[in-house]
Amino acid sequence: MGIHFKTDETFRDDFSYRNSDAAVLRFPFPFGEDTYRYSVNIEPHVKAGPSPAFEHAFDVDEHYVAECRERAIVLDHDPKRCQVLPHMMPAQWDTLELLMESLSTDYPEHFSLTRDGTAWHWINRPLNLDQRFVFGDASTLPCEPFEYITRQAQGDFTLQDQRDNNLYVDGGMVTTQADWSLEFDIGMSFHEWHGPVPLAHEIGVFDRALQYLLRLQYGHPVRRLNWTMTINPRLDTSPENYPDWGPDRTTLTAENIAGKLHLRVELQTLFRLPRSNAILFGIRCYLISLQDIERVKKWHKRLHRVLATLPPELVEYKGLIRFYDLLVSRLAAMDDGTPLSLGIQPDQTQLPA
Amino acid sequence: MIVEGKLSARVAEIELLNPTLKRFRFVPEGGGTFPTSPPGAHVLVTLRDTDRVWQNAYSLVTPPDQRDHYAIIVRRVVESRGGSHFLHDMLKAGDAVELGVPASLFPIASRARKHILISGGIGVTPFLSYLPVLALRGANYELHQFCAGDEVETFRDLLGTDAAGVHVHSAGLGARPDLAALLADQPLGTHVYTCGPEGLMDAVEETARGLGWTPHAIHRESFGGAKGGEPFVVTLARSGRSIEVGASQTLLEALEGAGIEAPCLCRGGACGVCLLPVVEGLPDHRDHVLSDAEKSEGRLIATCVSRARSETLVLDF
Repeated sequence: MGIHFKTDETFRDDFSYRNSDAAVLRFPFPFGEDTYRYSVNIEPHVKAGPSPAFEHAFDVDEHYVAECRERAIVLDHDPKRCQVLPHMMPAQWDTLELLMESLSTDYPEHFSLTRDGTAWHWINRPLNLDQRFVFGDASTLPCEPFEYITRQAQGDFTLQDQRDNNLYVDGGMVTTQADWSLEFDIGMSFHEWHGPVPLAHEIGVFDRALQYLLRLQYGHPVRRLNWTMTINPRLDTSPENYPDWGPDRTTLTAENIAGKLHLRVELQTLFRLPRSNAILFGIRCYLISLQDIERVKKWHKRLHRVLATLPPELVEYKGLIRFYDLLVSRLAAMDDGTPLSLGIQPDQTQLPA
Repeated sequence: MIVEGKLSARVAEIELLNPTLKRFRFVPEGGGTFPTSPPGAHVLVTLRDTDRVWQNAYSLVTPPDQRDHYAIIVRRVVESRGGSHFLHDMLKAGDAVELGVPASLFPIASRARKHILISGGIGVTPFLSYLPVLALRGANYELHQFCAGDEVETFRDLLGTDAAGVHVHSAGLGARPDLAALLADQPLGTHVYTCGPEGLMDAVEETARGLGWTPHAIHRESFGGAKGGEPFVVTLARSGRSIEVGASQTLLEALEGAGIEAPCLCRGGACGVCLLPVVEGLPDHRDHVLSDAEKSEGRLIATCVSRARSETLVLDF
């Protein structure tokens, strides 16, 4: 039994993206407690966790085909969304190997990889691709290996080179980003590209996270969840396209907020790569509408409590100011204050209609 | 690649390379392939005798794409802590062993324009996995292997007698390598990597620094340098247990010997996984992880290599 892909949905124009009930219940809701603060919330990326989204190295869900099509549209308009610096070629092959091995092992009904030395054969059934190529010879693929394989994966990816006791973002495929730009950040060091984040620098989060990541070991990837909010199920909220989506924030009303406002969660994974010693950073984006969150009682109440106690700096940084009061008062009306279980699991197995 | 637990393997073949060197080939238990190994990686090999367990780290000599087997080369050390003796004298083809995931603490620098590899004796092992990778990338490199005269043939055979850029030097008694000659006048962007006896690695580092090389262009392998010292007693604050650390065992080995699962990875003071908080006592730091400031604060200790200057050490564990 495979995944039933929703091949027609869109992340622009008519925004026909919707989550099935099963997709709502497996959503990686990011709030395990009633308050949210920055921390080094990194844990081992083992194939288990409170959401099925954690059960594979790279999660594939019902939106796979539509997300790959959306990525192709963005790249058509702006090819610089995928860039890799020349010294990262070994990391490109590492990425291709990691994704092909992981997808074909975790989802054998959808992906297949067969190898005879350097002669590789890749089959991607959902996207109807059948590719024979020579591992290590980029001229045998339609484009460079990193772009080739990340066009076939959900979520953004960046490549971090490790040198001089620092990490440098020396490559990426970035089309589903929460308002940051690869074109602007490429080549930056760890502290440079995290420069805009408020509060966390002062409490040493990035110093400790960098020390931790410099010691990230091959075979033992790690993960964390990050979040923000987006109006409409729009994946490409890039600085380059700000005129297309920035004004959306002014369109929310009491009547349409439940359908238009989406919680945007990033399942971030970090893998040490073998040949290059680089780190592959996966930023897998999940979107859920406010009305779907409200069908899960625990998440509804918890979202209220987290937002009501969110530091003002984070309200501003995450771009919530314009609709913050509207959102919090709406959520408050349904929060009776009863204690909620710790952790992110939904605590229900069915959704109301 | 997510690897949970250790890799189960079997000894496929043991080759005697010379009177003190053996090459061990391991294959995955039940067939299949091992994970792609990083160039310069080492594996932790767990060996079980009837009444004790050894865990030793060895560089893989197989390149990344060699996934049907891994190989290590081990010298039988006369004053061995047990591992090399067990490998040489007890281990047989067909025996089961457990391998850790290959760990990369000695990677090839991504932006080096030229690579100079300097090794001494059996320290050449990580470079055996570098060479095919550098050749495949079309990289500009030189390897200089220093060894005793009676081992020149062995290392020439291992490195390939015709390989371009590979030089095996006989460094007998009194013949010191002329490192300045190797490191002077190298083009900008050259990186040097060294692995072997501490004295050689220190000399490479000092020579390079003296010639004005930037510290980030100097790389040294750093596991396996643990040495013994005065015995001491470690107390674990959370359980109240006290354990004696003998003169010839590491703090980590003493913890493991008492059945305590202490964190560890490289077992060579390089990765930092084994760091534990110190509550009381004076650590004798021997690791490469903590900064000088952290070492003088004395709040953390790398159990795999560091010891105590005081008679007792209390850890928050």
